[in-house]
Amino acid sequence: MKLPIYLDNHATTPVDPRVLDAMLPYFQELFGNAASRNHSFGWEAEEAVEKARKQVANLVGANAKEIVFTSGATESNNLALKGVAEMYAEKGNHIITAASEHKAVLDTCKHLEKDGHRVTYLPLKADGLIDLDMLRESFTDKTILVSIMYANNEIGVIQPIREIGRLCKERGILFHTDAVQAVGKVPVNVLQDNIDIMSLSGHKLYGPKGVGALYVRRRNPRVQLTAQIDGGGHERGMRSGTLNVPGIVGLGEACAIAQREMAEETVRLQAMRDSLKDKLLSELDEVFINGSWEHRLPHNLNISFAYVEGESMLMGINDIAVSSGSACTSATLEPSYVLKALGMGDDLAHSSIRFGIGRFNTQEEVDYVAGRVIEVVKKLRELSPLYEMAKEGVDLTKVQWTAH
Amino acid sequence: MAYSDKVLDHYNNPRNVGSMDKSSPDVGTGMVGAPECGDVMKLQVKVNPTTGIIEDAKFKTFGCGSAIASSSLATEMLKGKTVDEALEIKNTVIVNELSLPPVKIHCSVLAEDAIKAAITDYKNKKQQSSEKSETVNA
Repeated sequence: MKLPIYLDNHATTPVDPRVLDAMLPYFQELFGNAASRNHSFGWEAEEAVEKARKQVANLVGANAKEIVFTSGATESNNLALKGVAEMYAEKGNHIITAASEHKAVLDTCKHLEKDGHRVTYLPLKADGLIDLDMLRESFTDKTILVSIMYANNEIGVIQPIREIGRLCKERGILFHTDAVQAVGKVPVNVLQDNIDIMSLSGHKLYGPKGVGALYVRRRNPRVQLTAQIDGGGHERGMRSGTLNVPGIVGLGEACAIAQREMAEETVRLQAMRDSLKDKLLSELDEVFINGSWEHRLPHNLNISFAYVEGESMLMGINDIAVSSGSACTSATLEPSYVLKALGMGDDLAHSSIRFGIGRFNTQEEVDYVAGRVIEVVKKLRELSPLYEMAKEGVDLTKVQWTAH
Repeated sequence: MAYSDKVLDHYNNPRNVGSMDKSSPDVGTGMVGAPECGDVMKLQVKVNPTTGIIEDAKFKTFGCGSAIASSSLATEMLKGKTVDEALEIKNTVIVNELSLPPVKIHCSVLAEDAIKAAITDYKNKKQQSSEKSETVNA
């Protein structure tokens, strides 16, 4: 077993060696520009891109013509939201999203608000799911788009996408989903799930960074987007810019592998994730799982160790790469807004750790991680005045703290 | 973010972890911060009532590594000082000693606040007990 252990697979994943092998020829021998129409270099590149387009489409039940390649999910989300807002401006100016969305969606919404759009941010229930009744009540005659993520990047909670899509369809409202964490991990089908527009990213499913895609439905309804990058009119005019051929080939191969191996991989990762959870819960008291356990990605565990601060946890398990919702680990010095949206106290958000198990992790690694986490939590609780007070029976919510 | 060797040393081998009897007249207890802010420090001093010298100091901290290191260092600095000398300890000394980066300066401020709170608690207790004895004498 090699240290450090990488267990932060929601942040990014390593490129699968098979993906890298597929990409390598497209850097040197087959380096052509996919838009070059009059020589073999261009044709070979174009052929590779079209193969990848099919691979991506196949994984999500789409038609290849409905896949637009981008630089990643942030760009895909920007194109989806701004592209719809601009294209359908005559129809309305209201967008519905959720408080737990990725910043690529939330900040794009903030931008649109400045431009005169109205955005509704749906709160989360305590289990991390949105309330479908609340969604229904938020619809107005001016609503043009609903954007709700498929699965959350922090707590791994999977939203009732099919139901959301159905509600939108009934009202003739477009439905976009940021499916970055879900594609390749759980079965996603744009037709069955009633999705009109969907963002995905290469590096979250063992493909390279710097490449992603946007699914844009062509029929029933035909979705149109205003391009956000002007230029040579690539990607059916929706996204200009010379195609990142090696990246796209990598994304395609990553999708093909995911499609072949997802069923087996899910069972394996879930078993490891469950063993990690069981070990932590059996050895430690006052441990809380954040978000619904039932509606959750099979490889996600987000857990709060009460009375222990997240960054000090990460410092203790310095041979393990994971993330925390603690303020100290964020650039803004605010604890995770996703965990806050669950309505839990900030103190538990500060105490949260996110584990993301991936394709290349082993049971041996997971066992080691469980042992280290248990050891460090126990050590830090010995140091924690809060743990001491709780053990003495002090109700911490009633204490007059000197907030600073 | 990389931690300085001194922060790592205090985190891995925290000095003077523990608790003393808060009801003892010779012990001053300071508790600062709030769980929702992600930092709570409890710092205690035990003062020799005749010399006014801090004989022992203990801490417990909920917080990041720099907060733990700041409070651990504070307990080391307190021992052997008089209560009035202890009140002179400035957070900048902790910042320099631990090479804290700008985003962690608040940890040192919290440690300074904890010291002040502990000393104030001790002084209050002492004053109350002397007032009590005055009432008794009168």
